[in-house]
Amino acid sequence: MSVLSELNVGQHGVVMALELPESVQNHLMHMGFVPSALVTALRRAPAGDPMVYLVDGLEIALRRETAKSIRVKIPRTLSRQQEQDLLESARQAAQADPVQTDSSQLEAAPVEAIR
Amino acid sequence: MNSCCETPAFVPPSAPAPGGVLRTIALIGPPNAGKSTLFNRLTGLRQKVANYPGVTVEQRMGSMAGVGRPDLTLIDLPGIYSLTPYSEDAKVAVDVLKGRMTGTPKPDAIILVLDSLHLIRQLMLAAPVLALRLPTLVLLNMSDLMESRGGAVDVLQLARELGAPVAQISAAHGIGIDAVPLFLNQHDRPAEAPQRPLTLPVLGNAASTHSWATQVSRNTGYRAPLSAASTRRLDDILLHRIWGPLLFLIVVVAVFEVVFALGQPLSDGFGDLLTKIGDLARPFLPAGWIQSLVLDGAWKGIGSVLVFLPQILLLFLFIGILEDTGYLARAALIADRVMRAIGLNGKAFIPLLSGYACAVPAIMSTRTIENKRDRFATILVTPFMTCSARLPVYLLLIAAFIPNTYVAYGLLSLRTLVMLGLYLAGFLAALATARLLKSSILKSSETPFILELPQYRMPTLRALGLRLLDRSKIFLNQAGRVILLVTLGVWVLAHLPATRTAAGVLTAPELAESLIGRLGHFIEPAIAPLGFNWKVGIGLLSSVLAREVMVSTMGTLYGADPGTQALSLQSAMHHDMTLGGALALMIFFAFAMQCTSTMAIVKRETNSWKWPALQFVYMLVLAYGAAFVVNHVVTAIWG
Repeated sequence: MSVLSELNVGQHGVVMALELPESVQNHLMHMGFVPSALVTALRRAPAGDPMVYLVDGLEIALRRETAKSIRVKIPRTLSRQQEQDLLESARQAAQADPVQTDSSQLEAAPVEAIR
Repeated sequence: MNSCCETPAFVPPSAPAPGGVLRTIALIGPPNAGKSTLFNRLTGLRQKVANYPGVTVEQRMGSMAGVGRPDLTLIDLPGIYSLTPYSEDAKVAVDVLKGRMTGTPKPDAIILVLDSLHLIRQLMLAAPVLALRLPTLVLLNMSDLMESRGGAVDVLQLARELGAPVAQISAAHGIGIDAVPLFLNQHDRPAEAPQRPLTLPVLGNAASTHSWATQVSRNTGYRAPLSAASTRRLDDILLHRIWGPLLFLIVVVAVFEVVFALGQPLSDGFGDLLTKIGDLARPFLPAGWIQSLVLDGAWKGIGSVLVFLPQILLLFLFIGILEDTGYLARAALIADRVMRAIGLNGKAFIPLLSGYACAVPAIMSTRTIENKRDRFATILVTPFMTCSARLPVYLLLIAAFIPNTYVAYGLLSLRTLVMLGLYLAGFLAALATARLLKSSILKSSETPFILELPQYRMPTLRALGLRLLDRSKIFLNQAGRVILLVTLGVWVLAHLPATRTAAGVLTAPELAESLIGRLGHFIEPAIAPLGFNWKVGIGLLSSVLAREVMVSTMGTLYGADPGTQALSLQSAMHHDMTLGGALALMIFFAFAMQCTSTMAIVKRETNSWKWPALQFVYMLVLAYGAAFVVNHVVTAIWG
């Protein structure tokens, strides 16, 4: 078991549990950090911390000490559903915005996660 | 008391329209879903909107005149994620919704505004709201973006799942708003019990609510639009390790350069126009004291402040662009590291940045800061941020004393540099004071920093134009009331006691012998060490009401003095002060708390006079000390 702060940019994790005070935990869960949610580490702030995470299509910045209290599983392979979700969103991205069909923009996300 | 940034209070009608059962409707939704934009559409009012979560921090009421229902009261509420409030602004929303807020009627219908770009998470709020069993209309906002970015949802199925009418709208473009009057007419009869949702999750359990929301979105064939591509590409640059902070600095410097390079000619032209209007009016006024009161007193005083309107509007335009595009949240992210060093977090940076416009709304926006001690510390340091009311004073003194030369290989004007220095001085004072507070009386354990980054949006010209219009109105209103009164008061005191000459004509005394001259000379010893003469002293006294009053008072005083009457205010001041005194005066303004509106709002937000009193004394001592040092150092070096 790992924690969210261990994710590198571009890596995914599946939320397992939040170990935070009740009010903070409730707030985070309403922002999408619920058990079994797929979280992607998107980018670091210029100073290296906080990190911006993508969850439910939304970008949320968390400091390392908060992310340390969110336990995640870094999947070797994604579940079929998650894999499909990712592929689907990548496909949509290519359709919705033809300019960014270059593969770098798609982050080759599913491939890396599966690897 | 000046009303820098408040909108007039709305009093809801006491009796409902005959036959109708609806009286009060509440707008509810997650942060940044577009509630206030819709509120403005439905009421025809101009509540502030921008692109970051937490713009609305208190309830606002208006009649629904925008859709032909002036008999109904609409309440705009701060955004909430759940009915378990996490911060002060969210508590306001929940209290109003449950009828616990005194002075605000309990709503009897709800308009739930959801951002259709992130429907799953937004539906998590729908569950507890629907469970209130009030007539509810669900609006999926930003449907235009949803469509253009390839998202989809079965609206009819969603309505069935939720047991409530659902409509797709775009509040920003006014599309689909018809759904609201339709819904209102339908529920205006004491009618059938509202429909019920198919299922509801266990309330208060976030995990169960989330799986319910996921299930509903699946049942309705929801396909999230892929919208982050352009936002991410922009963030690749704007949040870049090196370019990000650098671009932030460049933007800030460029703003000031433009305020000078573009704004100064505009302001000069505007000033000439105001003088011409005065000259044109002169023949129509009876010569003697009336002419002197109106033109040399009131018009000169007000005009000396009005001149700066173009430059203030330019500043507001830039702040508006930063807020409406969604950049402000990125600035908070970049600043988090610095803010952490002083014991606050990046969220406190947003009020500080808004403080560049006006401290009053900035202090209100601290309600989004969850930790009370962090919030108080931010409230106490926000007035150090250089607000637009300081701008007239700086611009006047800089134009009078700082030569218009270029430094740094012609890239920056010396004037911009001095201006930046003043802004920096205020910012550093804010940081240092926050550090002091957070390590002493407002010490607390850290609260987690959780910040939502909105997608970038193109600001609409309409929204920017309305902001500038509102700002002009506030500025003119201020000039027409506080500044006019103070100016007249100063003029009267400068012309009393009148003496009768041998010929029996009333004449004003020498300025130094007038009431105001005597008052000025009385306080002069206290401010002489700062390099200020008695006229500046009078200006400082009057500026306790509001900073820009300083400029109008100086305009009236120099206008009343025959020796300087013919000069422009700039040259009159240049004539009458040393460089050391002028720089000391600018530093004094950078640090001192001269704004009754701010003190009133600090009292309201902290619920005690203790904090504004502490703030006033602390800032005054700091301002006096810094001005003393600057005056002596500058005088010693440049003599």
